[in-house]
Amino acid sequence: MKLPIFLDNHSTTPVDPRVLEAMLPYFTEKFGNAASRNHVFGWEAEEAVEQARKQIAKLINADPKEIVFTSGATESDNLALKGVLEMYREKGTHIITSSTEHRAVLDTAKTLEAKGLATVTYLPVDKYGMVNPDDVRNAITDKTILISIMLANNEIGTINPVHEIGKIAKAKGVLFHCDATQGVGKIPVDVQAMGIDLMSFSAHKIYGPKGVGALYVRKKSPRVRLVPQMDGGGHERGMRSGTLPVPLIVGFGKACELCGAEMATEAPRIAAMRDRLQTSIMNAVEETYLNGHPTERLPGNLNISFAYVEGESLLMGMKDIALSSGSACTSATLEPSYVLRALGVGTELAHSSIRFGIGRFNTDEEIDYTIKKVVEVVTRLREMSPLYEMAKEGIDLKSVQWAAH
Amino acid sequence: MAYSDKVIDHFNNPRNMGSFGKDEEGVGTGMVGAPECGDVMKLQIKVQDNRIVDAKFKTFGCGSAIASSSLATEWLKGKTLEEAQQIKNTDIVQELNLPPVKIHCSVLAEDAIKAALADYQKKAAAKTSSGSSQ
Repeated sequence: MKLPIFLDNHSTTPVDPRVLEAMLPYFTEKFGNAASRNHVFGWEAEEAVEQARKQIAKLINADPKEIVFTSGATESDNLALKGVLEMYREKGTHIITSSTEHRAVLDTAKTLEAKGLATVTYLPVDKYGMVNPDDVRNAITDKTILISIMLANNEIGTINPVHEIGKIAKAKGVLFHCDATQGVGKIPVDVQAMGIDLMSFSAHKIYGPKGVGALYVRKKSPRVRLVPQMDGGGHERGMRSGTLPVPLIVGFGKACELCGAEMATEAPRIAAMRDRLQTSIMNAVEETYLNGHPTERLPGNLNISFAYVEGESLLMGMKDIALSSGSACTSATLEPSYVLRALGVGTELAHSSIRFGIGRFNTDEEIDYTIKKVVEVVTRLREMSPLYEMAKEGIDLKSVQWAAH
Repeated sequence: MAYSDKVIDHFNNPRNMGSFGKDEEGVGTGMVGAPECGDVMKLQIKVQDNRIVDAKFKTFGCGSAIASSSLATEWLKGKTLEEAQQIKNTDIVQELNLPPVKIHCSVLAEDAIKAALADYQKKAAAKTSSGSSQ
Protein backbone atom coordinates (compact mmCIF):
# COMPACT_ATOMS: atom_id res chain seq x y z
CA MET A 1 0.00 0.00 0.00
CA LYS A 2 1.27 3.44 -0.94
CA LEU A 3 1.06 6.46 1.33
CA PRO A 4 -0.43 9.05 1.35
CA ILE A 5 -3.92 7.69 0.75
CA PHE A 6 -6.38 9.82 -1.21
CA LEU A 7 -9.78 9.74 0.50
CA ASP A 8 -10.99 13.11 -0.70
CA ASN A 9 -12.73 12.06 -3.91
CA HIS A 10 -15.47 14.69 -3.54
CA SER A 11 -12.91 17.42 -4.06
CA THR A 12 -11.46 15.87 -7.19
CA THR A 13 -10.41 12.51 -8.61
CA PRO A 14 -7.34 11.26 -10.42
CA VAL A 15 -7.62 10.91 -14.18
CA ASP A 16 -8.32 7.29 -15.08
CA PRO A 17 -5.40 5.95 -17.14
CA ARG A 18 -7.87 4.90 -19.85
CA VAL A 19 -9.12 8.48 -19.99
CA LEU A 20 -5.61 9.84 -20.26
CA GLU A 21 -4.82 7.42 -23.04
CA ALA A 22 -7.82 8.64 -25.02
CA MET A 23 -6.78 12.27 -24.51
CA LEU A 24 -3.10 12.10 -25.41
CA PRO A 25 -3.30 12.14 -29.25
CA TYR A 26 -5.35 15.32 -29.07
CA PHE A 27 -2.51 17.26 -27.48
CA THR A 28 -0.02 16.50 -30.22
CA GLU A 29 -0.83 14.98 -33.61
CA LYS A 30 -4.59 15.72 -33.49
CA PHE A 31 -4.31 19.25 -32.20
CA GLY A 32 -6.82 20.91 -34.53
CA ASN A 33 -9.37 23.56 -33.64
CA ALA A 34 -12.81 21.98 -33.70
CA ALA A 35 -14.14 25.19 -35.25
CA SER A 36 -11.81 24.96 -38.31
CA ARG A 37 -14.12 23.89 -41.09
CA ASN A 38 -11.66 23.81 -43.97
CA HIS A 39 -9.06 21.17 -43.23
CA VAL A 40 -8.60 17.73 -41.86
CA PHE A 41 -7.13 18.92 -38.56
CA GLY A 42 -10.35 20.74 -37.78
CA TRP A 43 -12.55 17.90 -38.97
CA GLU A 44 -10.67 15.43 -36.81
CA ALA A 45 -11.05 17.63 -33.76
CA GLU A 46 -14.71 18.25 -34.46
CA GLU A 47 -15.37 14.56 -34.85
CA ALA A 48 -13.69 13.86 -31.51
CA VAL A 49 -15.78 16.55 -29.82
CA GLU A 50 -18.99 15.18 -31.30
CA GLN A 51 -18.07 11.67 -30.20
CA ALA A 52 -17.51 12.96 -26.64
CA ARG A 53 -20.79 14.86 -26.75
CA LYS A 54 -22.53 11.55 -27.53
CA GLN A 55 -20.75 9.71 -24.71
CA ILE A 56 -21.66 12.43 -22.24
CA ALA A 57 -25.27 12.73 -23.42
CA LYS A 58 -25.74 8.99 -23.18
CA LEU A 59 -24.75 8.92 -19.50
CA ILE A 60 -27.53 11.36 -18.61
CA ASN A 61 -30.08 10.31 -21.26
CA ALA A 62 -29.87 13.56 -23.19
CA ASP A 63 -29.48 14.48 -26.85
CA PRO A 64 -25.86 15.29 -27.78
CA LYS A 65 -26.99 18.71 -29.04
CA GLU A 66 -28.13 19.55 -25.52
CA ILE A 67 -24.58 19.46 -24.13
CA VAL A 68 -22.84 22.84 -23.82
CA PHE A 69 -19.18 22.60 -22.89
CA THR A 70 -17.87 24.92 -20.20
CA SER A 71 -14.74 25.19 -18.06
CA GLY A 72 -16.40 23.30 -15.21
CA ALA A 73 -19.44 23.11 -12.98
CA THR A 74 -18.89 26.56 -11.47
CA GLU A 75 -19.14 28.13 -14.91
CA SER A 76 -22.14 25.93 -15.73
CA ASP A 77 -23.94 27.08 -12.57
CA ASN A 78 -23.18 30.71 -13.37
CA LEU A 79 -24.32 30.32 -16.97
CA ALA A 80 -27.53 28.56 -15.96
CA LEU A 81 -28.62 31.07 -13.33
CA LYS A 82 -27.43 34.27 -14.97
CA GLY A 83 -28.30 33.15 -18.49
CA VAL A 84 -31.86 32.15 -17.59
CA LEU A 85 -32.49 35.24 -15.47
CA GLU A 86 -31.33 37.52 -18.22
CA MET A 87 -33.27 35.70 -20.92
CA TYR A 88 -36.58 35.47 -19.10
CA ARG A 89 -36.56 38.56 -16.90
CA GLU A 90 -39.78 39.85 -18.43
CA LYS A 91 -41.51 36.67 -17.26
CA GLY A 92 -40.20 36.80 -13.72
CA THR A 93 -37.17 37.25 -11.54
CA HIS A 94 -37.75 34.87 -8.65
CA ILE A 95 -35.35 31.96 -8.04
CA ILE A 96 -35.86 29.10 -5.60
CA THR A 97 -32.79 27.33 -4.30
CA SER A 98 -31.68 25.68 -1.06
CA SER A 99 -29.37 26.60 1.78
CA THR A 100 -26.98 23.70 1.23
CA GLU A 101 -26.21 24.31 -2.45
CA HIS A 102 -22.63 24.62 -3.58
CA ARG A 103 -21.14 28.09 -3.34
CA ALA A 104 -21.17 28.31 -7.14
CA VAL A 105 -24.97 28.41 -7.01
CA LEU A 106 -25.37 30.33 -3.74
CA ASP A 107 -22.90 33.05 -4.59
CA THR A 108 -24.30 33.42 -8.11
CA ALA A 109 -27.79 33.80 -6.61
CA LYS A 110 -26.45 36.35 -4.12
CA THR A 111 -24.80 38.34 -6.90
CA LEU A 112 -28.06 38.43 -8.86
CA GLU A 113 -29.85 39.53 -5.71
CA ALA A 114 -27.27 42.22 -4.93
CA LYS A 115 -27.56 43.61 -8.44
CA GLY A 116 -31.32 43.77 -8.05
CA LEU A 117 -31.82 41.29 -10.90
CA ALA A 118 -33.48 38.57 -8.85
CA THR A 119 -35.23 37.78 -5.63
CA VAL A 120 -34.13 34.47 -4.16
CA THR A 121 -35.80 32.01 -1.78
CA TYR A 122 -33.32 29.80 0.08
CA LEU A 123 -35.21 26.72 1.20
CA PRO A 124 -34.21 25.02 4.44
CA VAL A 125 -33.30 21.34 4.51
CA ASP A 126 -34.25 18.63 7.00
CA LYS A 127 -31.84 17.15 9.53
CA TYR A 128 -30.45 14.85 6.84
CA GLY A 129 -29.85 17.72 4.44
CA MET A 130 -32.77 16.94 2.17
CA VAL A 131 -35.01 19.49 0.45
CA ASN A 132 -38.73 18.89 0.94
CA PRO A 133 -40.55 18.99 -2.45
CA ASP A 134 -43.60 20.51 -0.73
CA ASP A 135 -41.41 23.46 0.30
CA VAL A 136 -40.46 23.90 -3.35
CA ARG A 137 -44.10 23.82 -4.41
CA ASN A 138 -45.14 26.29 -1.72
CA ALA A 139 -42.35 28.71 -2.60
CA ILE A 140 -43.39 29.03 -6.23
CA THR A 141 -45.03 32.37 -7.10
CA ASP A 142 -46.17 33.76 -10.44
CA LYS A 143 -42.78 35.48 -10.61
CA THR A 144 -40.76 32.26 -10.18
CA ILE A 145 -38.59 31.63 -13.21
CA LEU A 146 -36.09 29.04 -11.98
CA ILE A 147 -35.68 26.32 -9.37
CA SER A 148 -32.05 25.38 -8.67
CA ILE A 149 -31.66 22.35 -6.42
CA MET A 150 -28.61 20.11 -6.30
CA LEU A 151 -28.73 16.38 -6.97
CA ALA A 152 -26.33 15.32 -4.23
CA ASN A 153 -24.52 17.38 -1.63
CA ASN A 154 -20.74 17.65 -1.79
CA GLU A 155 -20.20 17.52 1.98
CA ILE A 156 -22.74 15.05 3.28
CA GLY A 157 -23.66 13.18 0.09
CA THR A 158 -27.42 13.44 0.68
CA ILE A 159 -29.39 12.85 -2.51
CA ASN A 160 -32.36 15.16 -3.05
CA PRO A 161 -35.78 13.95 -4.30
CA VAL A 162 -35.03 15.40 -7.72
CA HIS A 163 -37.72 13.39 -9.56
CA GLU A 164 -40.44 14.99 -7.45
CA ILE A 165 -38.97 18.47 -7.73
CA GLY A 166 -38.79 18.02 -11.51
CA LYS A 167 -42.47 17.08 -11.63
CA ILE A 168 -43.45 20.12 -9.58
CA ALA A 169 -41.38 22.41 -11.81
CA LYS A 170 -42.97 20.98 -14.93
CA ALA A 171 -46.51 21.23 -13.53
CA LYS A 172 -45.94 24.86 -12.62
CA GLY A 173 -44.10 25.76 -15.81
CA VAL A 174 -40.92 26.76 -13.96
CA LEU A 175 -37.46 25.86 -15.28
CA PHE A 176 -35.49 23.37 -13.18
CA HIS A 177 -31.71 23.61 -12.92
CA CYS A 178 -29.87 20.85 -11.10
CA ASP A 179 -26.26 21.05 -9.97
CA ALA A 180 -25.42 17.37 -10.41
CA THR A 181 -21.65 17.70 -10.09
CA GLN A 182 -21.37 15.13 -7.30
CA GLY A 183 -24.03 12.78 -8.63
CA VAL A 184 -23.31 12.30 -12.33
CA GLY A 185 -21.24 9.19 -12.90
CA LYS A 186 -21.86 7.94 -9.35
CA ILE A 187 -25.61 7.34 -9.40
CA PRO A 188 -28.02 6.98 -12.35
CA VAL A 189 -28.99 10.35 -13.79
CA ASP A 190 -31.74 10.68 -16.37
CA VAL A 191 -32.67 14.24 -17.33
CA GLN A 192 -35.91 13.03 -18.93
CA ALA A 193 -37.15 10.98 -15.99
CA MET A 194 -35.98 13.62 -13.52
CA GLY A 195 -37.61 16.50 -15.38
CA ILE A 196 -34.40 18.50 -15.46
CA ASP A 197 -34.15 21.48 -17.83
CA LEU A 198 -30.58 22.55 -17.09
CA MET A 199 -27.88 20.52 -15.39
CA SER A 200 -24.31 21.33 -14.34
CA PHE A 201 -21.57 18.76 -14.02
CA SER A 202 -17.84 18.40 -14.55
CA ALA A 203 -15.19 15.94 -15.64
CA HIS A 204 -12.71 16.02 -12.78
CA LYS A 205 -15.16 14.55 -10.28
CA ILE A 206 -15.54 11.44 -12.43
CA TYR A 207 -11.92 10.54 -13.21
CA GLY A 208 -11.68 12.98 -16.09
CA PRO A 209 -9.45 16.05 -16.44
CA LYS A 210 -9.82 19.36 -14.59
CA GLY A 211 -10.87 22.36 -16.64
CA VAL A 212 -13.88 21.02 -18.48
CA GLY A 213 -17.52 20.67 -17.58
CA ALA A 214 -20.90 20.85 -19.20
CA LEU A 215 -24.26 22.48 -18.92
CA TYR A 216 -27.11 20.35 -20.16
CA VAL A 217 -29.65 22.69 -21.78
CA ARG A 218 -33.01 21.14 -22.74
CA LYS A 219 -33.89 21.57 -26.42
CA LYS A 220 -37.54 20.68 -26.44
CA SER A 221 -40.56 20.72 -24.16
CA PRO A 222 -39.55 23.22 -23.20
CA ARG A 223 -36.80 24.66 -25.37
CA VAL A 224 -34.58 26.47 -22.86
CA ARG A 225 -32.82 29.62 -23.99
CA LEU A 226 -29.96 31.43 -22.33
CA VAL A 227 -28.24 34.74 -22.70
CA PRO A 228 -24.57 33.84 -23.10
CA GLN A 229 -22.24 35.14 -20.42
CA MET A 230 -19.20 34.94 -22.69
CA ASP A 231 -19.21 36.78 -26.00
CA GLY A 232 -17.11 35.68 -28.93
CA GLY A 233 -17.15 33.25 -31.81
CA GLY A 234 -20.58 31.84 -31.01
CA HIS A 235 -19.47 28.32 -30.19
CA GLU A 236 -21.81 25.84 -28.51
CA ARG A 237 -24.97 27.02 -30.27
CA GLY A 238 -24.08 30.56 -29.27
CA MET A 239 -24.38 29.79 -25.59
CA ARG A 240 -20.71 29.65 -24.72
CA SER A 241 -18.04 31.16 -26.93
CA GLY A 242 -14.45 30.05 -26.72
CA THR A 243 -12.27 27.50 -28.51
CA LEU A 244 -13.17 24.04 -27.31
CA PRO A 245 -10.46 22.31 -25.24
CA VAL A 246 -10.53 19.20 -27.42
CA PRO A 247 -8.23 16.93 -25.32
CA LEU A 248 -10.19 17.76 -22.17
CA ILE A 249 -13.49 17.15 -23.91
CA VAL A 250 -12.26 13.82 -25.27
CA GLY A 251 -11.27 12.88 -21.71
CA PHE A 252 -14.64 14.02 -20.36
CA GLY A 253 -16.39 11.82 -22.94
CA LYS A 254 -14.27 8.79 -22.14
CA ALA A 255 -14.79 9.34 -18.40
CA CYS A 256 -18.56 9.38 -18.90
CA GLU A 257 -18.44 6.27 -21.03
CA LEU A 258 -16.49 4.42 -18.33
CA CYS A 259 -18.84 5.57 -15.57
CA GLY A 260 -21.82 4.42 -17.61
CA ALA A 261 -20.28 1.03 -18.28
CA GLU A 262 -19.00 0.42 -14.75
CA MET A 263 -21.45 2.15 -12.43
CA ALA A 264 -23.47 -1.01 -11.80
CA THR A 265 -20.44 -2.78 -10.33
CA GLU A 266 -18.49 0.21 -9.10
CA ALA A 267 -21.21 1.84 -6.97
CA PRO A 268 -21.87 -1.25 -4.79
CA ARG A 269 -18.14 -1.91 -4.43
CA ILE A 270 -17.51 1.65 -3.24
CA ALA A 271 -20.62 1.61 -1.02
CA ALA A 272 -19.39 -1.60 0.63
CA MET A 273 -16.05 0.03 1.47
CA ARG A 274 -17.88 3.09 2.77
CA ASP A 275 -20.22 1.00 4.92
CA ARG A 276 -17.32 -0.92 6.40
CA LEU A 277 -15.47 2.31 7.16
CA GLN A 278 -18.58 3.76 8.78
CA THR A 279 -19.50 0.71 10.87
CA SER A 280 -15.95 0.02 12.03
CA ILE A 281 -15.30 3.62 13.08
CA MET A 282 -18.66 4.16 14.73
CA ASN A 283 -18.49 0.86 16.60
CA ALA A 284 -14.99 1.51 17.86
CA VAL A 285 -15.34 5.17 18.82
CA GLU A 286 -18.04 6.41 21.18
CA GLU A 287 -19.94 9.64 20.57
CA THR A 288 -19.63 9.81 16.83
CA TYR A 289 -22.44 11.27 14.74
CA LEU A 290 -23.24 10.56 11.12
CA ASN A 291 -23.93 13.71 9.11
CA GLY A 292 -26.21 13.31 6.11
CA HIS A 293 -28.87 10.83 5.15
CA PRO A 294 -28.32 7.26 6.41
CA THR A 295 -29.42 5.69 3.11
CA GLU A 296 -30.19 8.35 0.48
CA ARG A 297 -26.53 9.17 0.13
CA LEU A 298 -23.77 8.98 -2.49
CA PRO A 299 -22.06 5.57 -2.38
CA GLY A 300 -18.61 7.02 -1.62
CA ASN A 301 -19.63 9.59 0.97
CA LEU A 302 -19.12 9.39 4.72
CA ASN A 303 -19.29 12.43 6.98
CA ILE A 304 -18.83 11.90 10.70
CA SER A 305 -18.54 14.27 13.66
CA PHE A 306 -16.24 13.15 16.47
CA ALA A 307 -17.37 14.89 19.66
CA TYR A 308 -14.71 16.67 21.77
CA VAL A 309 -12.02 16.80 19.07
CA GLU A 310 -11.49 19.52 16.50
CA GLY A 311 -11.48 18.65 12.81
CA GLU A 312 -8.27 20.24 11.69
CA SER A 313 -6.32 18.55 14.47
CA LEU A 314 -7.83 15.24 13.34
CA LEU A 315 -6.62 15.86 9.80
CA MET A 316 -3.21 16.83 11.13
CA GLY A 317 -3.04 13.61 13.12
CA MET A 318 -3.79 11.63 9.96
CA LYS A 319 -1.56 13.49 7.60
CA ASP A 320 -0.90 10.46 5.44
CA ILE A 321 -4.62 10.29 4.63
CA ALA A 322 -6.08 13.06 2.49
CA LEU A 323 -9.45 14.05 3.96
CA SER A 324 -11.54 17.13 4.43
CA SER A 325 -13.20 18.74 7.45
CA GLY A 326 -16.11 21.04 8.14
CA SER A 327 -14.05 22.74 10.81
CA ALA A 328 -13.66 26.51 10.65
CA CYS A 329 -9.92 26.16 10.84
CA THR A 330 -9.85 24.44 7.48
CA SER A 331 -11.91 27.09 5.73
CA ALA A 332 -10.84 30.48 4.47
CA THR A 333 -13.73 32.17 6.27
CA LEU A 334 -13.06 30.75 9.76
CA GLU A 335 -16.72 29.72 9.89
CA PRO A 336 -17.63 26.07 10.30
CA SER A 337 -19.44 24.34 7.43
CA TYR A 338 -22.63 26.14 6.43
CA VAL A 339 -23.98 22.84 5.13
CA LEU A 340 -23.71 21.16 8.53
CA ARG A 341 -25.13 24.27 10.20
CA ALA A 342 -28.14 24.12 7.85
CA LEU A 343 -28.80 20.55 9.03
CA GLY A 344 -28.99 21.84 12.58
CA VAL A 345 -25.66 20.27 13.56
CA GLY A 346 -24.32 22.26 16.52
CA THR A 347 -21.34 24.51 15.85
CA GLU A 348 -19.10 22.42 18.09
CA LEU A 349 -19.96 19.24 16.17
CA ALA A 350 -19.51 21.04 12.86
CA HIS A 351 -15.97 21.87 14.02
CA SER A 352 -15.49 18.16 14.72
CA SER A 353 -16.57 16.78 11.36
CA ILE A 354 -14.55 14.79 8.87
CA ARG A 355 -15.56 13.99 5.31
CA PHE A 356 -14.35 10.73 3.81
CA GLY A 357 -14.72 10.48 0.03
CA ILE A 358 -14.14 7.02 -1.37
CA GLY A 359 -13.50 6.59 -5.06
CA ARG A 360 -12.67 4.20 -7.88
CA PHE A 361 -9.05 3.67 -6.94
CA ASN A 362 -9.37 3.12 -3.21
CA THR A 363 -8.69 -0.36 -1.87
CA ASP A 364 -9.82 -2.44 1.10
CA GLU A 365 -6.32 -2.21 2.48
CA GLU A 366 -6.52 1.58 2.48
CA ILE A 367 -9.85 1.41 4.29
CA ASP A 368 -8.33 -0.89 6.95
CA TYR A 369 -5.46 1.53 7.45
CA THR A 370 -7.86 4.47 7.70
CA ILE A 371 -10.05 2.74 10.30
CA LYS A 372 -7.02 1.99 12.46
CA LYS A 373 -5.65 5.49 12.12
CA VAL A 374 -8.95 7.25 12.85
CA VAL A 375 -9.51 5.26 16.04
CA GLU A 376 -5.94 5.90 17.15
CA VAL A 377 -5.99 9.64 16.49
CA VAL A 378 -9.44 10.30 17.96
CA THR A 379 -8.40 8.43 21.13
CA ARG A 380 -5.17 10.40 21.41
CA LEU A 381 -6.82 13.76 20.81
CA ARG A 382 -9.61 13.04 23.24
CA GLU A 383 -7.04 12.38 25.95
CA MET A 384 -5.76 15.83 25.14
CA SER A 385 -9.21 17.44 25.11
CA PRO A 386 -10.46 19.38 28.15
CA LEU A 387 -14.00 18.91 26.81
CA TYR A 388 -13.70 15.14 26.86
CA GLU A 389 -12.31 15.29 30.39
CA MET A 390 -15.23 17.44 31.55
CA ALA A 391 -17.78 15.23 29.83
CA LYS A 392 -16.23 12.17 31.50
CA GLU A 393 -16.57 13.95 34.85
CA GLY A 394 -20.27 14.32 34.15
CA ILE A 395 -20.19 18.05 33.46
CA ASP A 396 -22.84 19.20 31.00
CA LEU A 397 -20.81 21.22 28.50
CA LYS A 398 -23.89 23.21 27.56
CA SER A 399 -24.21 24.49 31.14
CA VAL A 400 -20.68 25.89 31.19
CA GLN A 401 -20.21 29.66 30.89
CA TRP A 402 -17.55 29.81 28.21
CA ALA A 403 -15.31 32.79 27.88
CA ALA A 404 -15.89 33.18 24.15
CA HIS A 405 -13.33 35.12 22.21
CA MET B 1 -1.62 25.14 4.62
CA ALA B 2 1.72 23.78 5.69
CA TYR B 3 2.60 23.70 9.37
CA SER B 4 5.98 24.71 10.76
CA ASP B 5 8.21 21.91 12.02
CA LYS B 6 7.83 23.25 15.56
CA VAL B 7 4.03 23.09 15.40
CA ILE B 8 4.21 19.54 14.09
CA ASP B 9 6.67 18.57 16.81
CA HIS B 10 4.48 19.95 19.61
CA PHE B 11 1.42 18.34 18.05
CA ASN B 12 3.06 14.93 17.77
CA ASN B 13 4.92 15.14 21.10
CA PRO B 14 2.88 17.43 23.31
CA ARG B 15 4.80 18.62 26.39
CA ASN B 16 3.10 18.49 29.76
CA MET B 17 -0.25 17.24 28.54
CA GLY B 18 -2.66 16.35 31.34
CA SER B 19 -4.30 17.76 34.44
CA PHE B 20 -3.38 18.18 38.09
CA GLY B 21 -5.42 16.40 40.72
CA LYS B 22 -8.45 18.29 41.99
CA ASP B 23 -7.06 18.70 45.51
CA GLU B 24 -3.44 19.42 44.71
CA GLU B 25 -1.95 22.39 46.55
CA GLY B 26 -0.87 25.55 44.79
CA VAL B 27 -2.60 24.93 41.52
CA GLY B 28 -4.09 27.70 39.36
CA THR B 29 -6.34 26.80 36.42
CA GLY B 30 -7.20 28.90 33.40
CA MET B 31 -9.81 27.78 30.91
CA VAL B 32 -10.40 29.97 27.88
CA GLY B 33 -12.17 29.70 24.54
CA ALA B 34 -15.48 28.08 23.68
CA PRO B 35 -16.48 24.87 21.91
CA GLU B 36 -18.57 26.83 19.35
CA CYS B 37 -15.45 28.75 18.36
CA GLY B 38 -13.57 25.50 17.80
CA ASP B 39 -10.99 25.94 20.52
CA VAL B 40 -10.86 25.54 24.29
CA MET B 41 -7.62 25.63 26.27
CA LYS B 42 -7.15 24.52 29.83
CA LEU B 43 -3.84 25.58 31.30
CA GLN B 44 -2.73 24.77 34.84
CA ILE B 45 0.22 25.96 36.86
CA LYS B 46 1.57 24.57 40.11
CA VAL B 47 3.24 27.21 42.26
CA GLN B 48 5.70 26.89 45.13
CA ASP B 49 7.31 29.95 46.74
CA ASN B 50 6.20 32.28 43.99
CA ARG B 51 7.71 30.06 41.31
CA ILE B 52 5.92 27.83 38.79
CA VAL B 53 7.28 24.36 39.43
CA ASP B 54 5.02 22.50 37.01
CA ALA B 55 2.46 23.23 34.30
CA LYS B 56 -0.06 21.15 32.38
CA PHE B 57 -2.47 21.69 29.52
CA LYS B 58 -5.39 20.15 27.72
CA THR B 59 -6.60 21.67 24.47
CA PHE B 60 -9.52 21.19 22.12
CA GLY B 61 -8.53 22.89 18.92
CA CYS B 62 -6.44 22.84 15.79
CA GLY B 63 -2.81 21.80 15.66
CA SER B 64 -1.62 25.37 16.19
CA ALA B 65 -3.79 25.75 19.30
CA ILE B 66 -2.39 22.50 20.70
CA ALA B 67 1.17 23.58 19.90
CA SER B 68 0.65 27.06 21.42
CA SER B 69 -0.55 25.62 24.72
CA SER B 70 2.12 22.93 24.77
CA LEU B 71 4.79 25.59 24.24
CA ALA B 72 3.22 27.79 26.92
CA THR B 73 3.58 25.04 29.54
CA GLU B 74 7.22 24.59 28.56
CA TRP B 75 7.92 28.27 29.01
CA LEU B 76 5.99 28.57 32.26
CA LYS B 77 7.95 25.94 34.11
CA GLY B 78 10.61 27.52 36.31
CA LYS B 79 9.35 31.07 35.88
CA THR B 80 8.29 33.31 38.76
CA LEU B 81 4.71 34.57 38.66
CA GLU B 82 5.95 38.00 37.57
CA GLU B 83 8.00 36.50 34.75
CA ALA B 84 5.04 34.42 33.62
CA GLN B 85 2.93 37.58 33.32
CA GLN B 86 5.38 38.84 30.72
CA ILE B 87 4.81 36.03 28.20
CA LYS B 88 3.27 37.60 25.11
CA ASN B 89 1.29 36.00 22.32
CA THR B 90 3.73 37.51 19.82
CA ASP B 91 6.53 35.45 21.41
CA ILE B 92 4.50 32.32 20.70
CA VAL B 93 3.76 33.43 17.13
CA GLN B 94 7.44 33.95 16.54
CA GLU B 95 8.61 30.72 18.14
CA LEU B 96 6.05 28.55 16.30
CA ASN B 97 6.09 30.52 13.06
CA LEU B 98 2.30 30.84 13.11
CA PRO B 99 0.66 32.24 9.98
CA PRO B 100 -1.69 35.25 10.38
CA VAL B 101 -4.80 33.04 10.31
CA LYS B 102 -3.50 31.19 13.41
CA ILE B 103 -2.57 34.21 15.53
CA HIS B 104 -5.75 33.79 17.56
CA CYS B 105 -4.32 30.48 18.85
CA SER B 106 -1.43 32.37 20.42
CA VAL B 107 -3.79 34.99 21.84
CA LEU B 108 -5.77 32.20 23.43
CA ALA B 109 -2.59 30.75 24.97
CA GLU B 110 -1.67 34.13 26.45
CA ASP B 111 -5.21 34.48 27.81
CA ALA B 112 -4.94 30.99 29.32
CA ILE B 113 -1.67 31.91 31.06
CA LYS B 114 -3.19 35.09 32.48
CA ALA B 115 -6.32 33.21 33.58
CA ALA B 116 -4.27 30.51 35.32
CA LEU B 117 -2.16 33.15 37.13
CA ALA B 118 -5.26 35.06 38.20
CA ASP B 119 -6.89 31.86 39.44
CA TYR B 120 -3.82 30.96 41.45
CA GLN B 121 -3.62 34.45 42.95
CA LYS B 122 -7.30 34.41 43.81
CA LYS B 123 -6.98 31.05 45.55
CA ALA B 124 -3.82 32.13 47.36
CA ALA B 125 -5.49 35.33 48.56
CA ALA B 126 -8.54 33.41 49.75
CA LYS B 127 -6.29 31.02 51.64
CA THR B 128 -4.32 33.82 53.28
CA SER B 129 -7.45 35.63 54.36
CA SER B 130 -9.13 32.46 55.65
CA GLY B 131 -5.86 31.52 57.36
CA SER B 132 -5.56 34.86 59.13
CA SER B 133 -9.12 34.78 60.35
CA GLN B 134 -8.58 31.53 62.20
